[in-house]
Amino acid sequence: MARSGMFERALLLRACADSFAKMDPRVLVRNPVMFVVEIGMVVTLALTVDPRLFGSSVHPGGVGNARLYDLVVTLILLITILFGNFAEALAEGRGKAQAEALRRTKTELMAVVQRGDEYQEIPASALRKGDVVKVVAGELIPADGDVIEGVGSVDESAITGESAPVIRGAGGDFSSVTGGTKLLSDELIIRVSANPGETFLDRMISLVEGASRQKTPNEIALSVLLAGLTLIFLIVIDCLPPIARALGAHMDVATLVALLVCLIPTTIGALLSAIGIAGMDRVIRFNVIAKSGKAVEAAGDVNTLILDKTGTITIGNRMAAAFLPVQGQTNHTLAESAALCSLFDETPEGRSVVELAQSVGVTFRREEYSNTRNVEFSADTRMSGLDLTNGTRLRKGAADAVKRYVIEQGGDIPRDLDEIVERVAKEGGTPLVVVQNTEIQGVIYLKDIVKPGIRERFKELREMGIRTVMCTGDNPLTAATIAREAGVDEFVAEAKPEDKMRLIRREQEQGRLVAMSGDGTNDAPALAQADVGLAMQSGTQAAKEAANMVDLDSDPTKLIEIVSIGKQLLITRGAITTFSIANDVAKYFAIIPAMFTSFIPALGVLNVMHLSSPKSAILSALIFNAIIIPLLIPLAMRGVKYRPTSAMSLLMRNLVLYGLGGVLAPFVGIKIIDMILSVCGMA
Amino acid sequence: MTATGVIAIAVVVFVILLCAWPLGRYIFRTFAGERTWVDPAVRPIEHVLFRLIGVNPDVDMDWKAYLRAMMAANLIMALFAYGVFRLQNFLPLNPAHIPAMPPYLAFNTAASFITNTNWQNYAGEQSLSYLGQMIGITFLQFTSAATGLVAAMAFLRGMSRQKTNSLGNFWVDLVKAHTRLLMPLALIFAILLMALGVPETLSGPAVVHTLAGSMQTIARGPVATLEAIKQLGTNGGGFFNANSAHPFEDPNVWTCILEIMAMGLIPMALVFTAGHFLHSRRIAIVLCTLLSAILLIGAYVVYAYEAGGNPILTHALGIHGPNMEGKEVRFGLPLTSLFVASTTAFTTGAVNAMHDSLMPVSGMVPLLFMMFNLIFGGKGVGLLNILMFLIISVFISGLMVGRTPEIFGKKIEAREVKLATAAMLVHPFVILVPTAIAMALPSARASMTNPGLHGFSEVLYAFTSAAANNGSAFAGLNGNTPFYNIALGLVMLFGRYVSIIAMLAIAGALAAKARIPETSGTLKVDTFAFGYVFVAVFIIVGALTFFPYLALGPIGEQLQLT
Repeated sequence: MARSGMFERALLLRACADSFAKMDPRVLVRNPVMFVVEIGMVVTLALTVDPRLFGSSVHPGGVGNARLYDLVVTLILLITILFGNFAEALAEGRGKAQAEALRRTKTELMAVVQRGDEYQEIPASALRKGDVVKVVAGELIPADGDVIEGVGSVDESAITGESAPVIRGAGGDFSSVTGGTKLLSDELIIRVSANPGETFLDRMISLVEGASRQKTPNEIALSVLLAGLTLIFLIVIDCLPPIARALGAHMDVATLVALLVCLIPTTIGALLSAIGIAGMDRVIRFNVIAKSGKAVEAAGDVNTLILDKTGTITIGNRMAAAFLPVQGQTNHTLAESAALCSLFDETPEGRSVVELAQSVGVTFRREEYSNTRNVEFSADTRMSGLDLTNGTRLRKGAADAVKRYVIEQGGDIPRDLDEIVERVAKEGGTPLVVVQNTEIQGVIYLKDIVKPGIRERFKELREMGIRTVMCTGDNPLTAATIAREAGVDEFVAEAKPEDKMRLIRREQEQGRLVAMSGDGTNDAPALAQADVGLAMQSGTQAAKEAANMVDLDSDPTKLIEIVSIGKQLLITRGAITTFSIANDVAKYFAIIPAMFTSFIPALGVLNVMHLSSPKSAILSALIFNAIIIPLLIPLAMRGVKYRPTSAMSLLMRNLVLYGLGGVLAPFVGIKIIDMILSVCGMA
Repeated sequence: MTATGVIAIAVVVFVILLCAWPLGRYIFRTFAGERTWVDPAVRPIEHVLFRLIGVNPDVDMDWKAYLRAMMAANLIMALFAYGVFRLQNFLPLNPAHIPAMPPYLAFNTAASFITNTNWQNYAGEQSLSYLGQMIGITFLQFTSAATGLVAAMAFLRGMSRQKTNSLGNFWVDLVKAHTRLLMPLALIFAILLMALGVPETLSGPAVVHTLAGSMQTIARGPVATLEAIKQLGTNGGGFFNANSAHPFEDPNVWTCILEIMAMGLIPMALVFTAGHFLHSRRIAIVLCTLLSAILLIGAYVVYAYEAGGNPILTHALGIHGPNMEGKEVRFGLPLTSLFVASTTAFTTGAVNAMHDSLMPVSGMVPLLFMMFNLIFGGKGVGLLNILMFLIISVFISGLMVGRTPEIFGKKIEAREVKLATAAMLVHPFVILVPTAIAMALPSARASMTNPGLHGFSEVLYAFTSAAANNGSAFAGLNGNTPFYNIALGLVMLFGRYVSIIAMLAIAGALAAKARIPETSGTLKVDTFAFGYVFVAVFIIVGALTFFPYLALGPIGEQLQLT
């Protein structure tokens, strides 16, 4: 989803317009920090109109001066609020633009729906859950549903961005279709599974638009803390004037408002919702649809990842790794038989046998064997092979199946076969026994290939404190080998769907948060039970319903990236909060001396930044407070850089950067602004 | 400042820490229900007591029941004390024929002692009968200390348990706090104090003929017993108006050291107790190290500014040397400085020097310690404040490790943050709002004995002391007016109970949560790295809240002097 510069500019313009619309107090009241700023702005605006409004003792000659000062403060406060609104609008804008693109695919469709025994054409928007529709090649599928009849290839690029068509057919794990995708071939009978407005596309639109965005639990907690801090500083400022008056000092109301706005955590207050929206946006741009922000946040908290072996940890297919001849046979003859019986075997395993044979110098050409009969694998015989024209029958298959086949025909079982088969199994491989007529020639060592780089990923996860558990239907020996090779922390062999469920329950019982991915209908209960469940877009409707995220690329490994995104979201929030609070130190040193020096001149020594005048000090602090918001927008949108490492080193790094940096940066920033102000003669 | 003085201060603090270490373990064993060596002696007594008050010691309470029991007990005790103060002229043990306490003052005094504050708007020897001192004051000094202590124990149980709603049994805890901790320790301290010269008698004031030939009435009474619990229970309300500066309360250097130790012993021990409850000795070490360091810095600042003397005297009159105004020569500067820092760090409120006469910056140290209210802090409540700020710190910085913040395996979520924020908010609120009102009311301003910034410091100090349940005073302020009696009384009540209620509610929430196993992705609270974060957070949030007021008070005053 590349974006052009023009597109970004349109976004910016729209965000600018939105920032003014968001000034509406009814909207702003949801953000207590910025709402306080708005009230402060109203107060200073009133003071601009009448500087003596609150009984302030303004010299008759100084009214103009006071009015100018009040006006400048008002303007800076206005800009502060606008910056905050802009951040939010910008974050929302990206989603809105995306939603519009999606909506365009949702043009009004006609659907051929079954009514009684006949089909009739109605608008797709009139379809209800349970309706049965017919779609023919070249048509758009009118609604989400399950294929109940037929097989066809579907172009899902409107949803996934992936242009290669996928096969959808009745029964099994590939029966779900999504409204708005295009059927390329054949004809499908589909049972609609969603009412209008609740379809996948609808949900996706409302998600990216942020319309259904609810504050996540963590965001709520942080908002409470920020509101609490705002309240504390409100008390601090409100209690100052009576005390100062009793001591004979005069407090300027605009200055008090300025101090208040500087002290309350406006930086994080302004950016908080933008961070959340941008975090969700990052997930979406990653081609994952999260059903709620809560799920993304929970991903950051995950302690245990449950991963299927096949497709996630291994590349999904076994590859021939070695030929192991039985006694009396040579490597070469075994390779020949193996290659020949796999010659027309189109499975990845079969291809890998041919390739392995080529690597030891055995090559056959298909054209020369065009008259042979290819015997495909069947669940019955559990063997596949080739019948040559000379009557030779070549077979390869599971050890027990081949053994039975040989014994039935009166052949002998080589004495060392069992030993070889067992050795292969122990090493985590799958033994395929090759037989020529009744003579067993040896074993093909099929090996699970661990995805490149996965071991390093697991190591990173371990450093992040996340345990990985591999689930596989393999026997314990095979599973242990893969587990060792991939470097997972734990594995479950011969796993049935219930085992996965039990595993999740066990982990949750111990207080851990569990994430898993799945696609089949039998994964659905586990996906629902897991704290983070990632379903594949290619999976069944049931799995997609149960999960709280759907990966449009159908890549189960993405679970790992989602964890990083969740963490990044939390870190960004924490970092900007810390920065915002740490900023207060410098602002105090700018404003307190400026406020009190006319009354207690000795307090001038607290003016450690040597700001040129009290007014300039206050304005500089206030300006810094405002411009830090747009300066941090890129950080809020992009997220704080996250490197997988232990919590404590992460804490130290971020503390130095955002804590210490947050204390020091405003000293420098305020001084520079003060210098600019005095050069411009505004101080 | 002398090297001996500096070392002496550090040695005293170190000795308290040494004694606190085993005591912390003992307190843990006592409240975790484990066997201790005092069992054979006290168990029969406790059984009789439980039978007497009709408590089944095996019944556990959830946080609401625990809180209800605590509040009910506190209310009844406060009303009882109020009654005693109001009716003391009709009651026995009143050899000096002291009249009944006026209602506002009695309210203030009852609020003050039930909250472990011990703010005294009266002079003990003139306003209270012996009975009032014993069953009003000394009684509440025990129970208020015990109340704070058991609240902290209930909280620690909540943090260390999982998937339960029980926090223990309030009545059992309250009884145990007395039988196994406060009474034995108080007995030992009382005897030690008597041995060192503190009087203990029920006879009336002594009347003596002075050398000059005139008659003099010398107040006395059951001083040693009150003194022991006054210090041990971080109470601070003295028998005499002059408090620990009075030669009968604190006759010499040794009693002074003993009293400082008594103040710090249990608050420090409780940090170790927390370490045991949370299965982390390291958290105890980290907290004790950092908080002791802050305590020492405070004591040294006082020492340095007092030893530096008053610049006005130096310039105008040519008088050099330390500022000895309001101090007792028999204690010397180092011990006085440590006493000043300790009495506010541990929120005891006893004084052995007049804080009003300290140099402004030295006066700011006790003020700041009370504003933080967690440099070990008062009995139990200090620990609760420490834990409250730990929760806030964990929440702010915990996000930066990319997980929902957790503290010792318990997730900190919206409910906990809400309650901790409320507890954090109440402290500045009850200090600043009444201070502003007092400064705005001409009648309240009339109570200030000093003009300008120093007078403001007196008012600020009074409300800070009340809010922190400390009880020490910048003695210059006349607090015995209806306004101050009511305002300070309310501040003491809010300052104490709002945070206890909030913290017990948090304890209830935490107890119900499952503990998340620690991994390398977990923020480790019990490390020095996090300890510094904790200190930074409470200094930034705590001190910056009060910075403008400190600038108008002690900081401005000190700068005006030089």
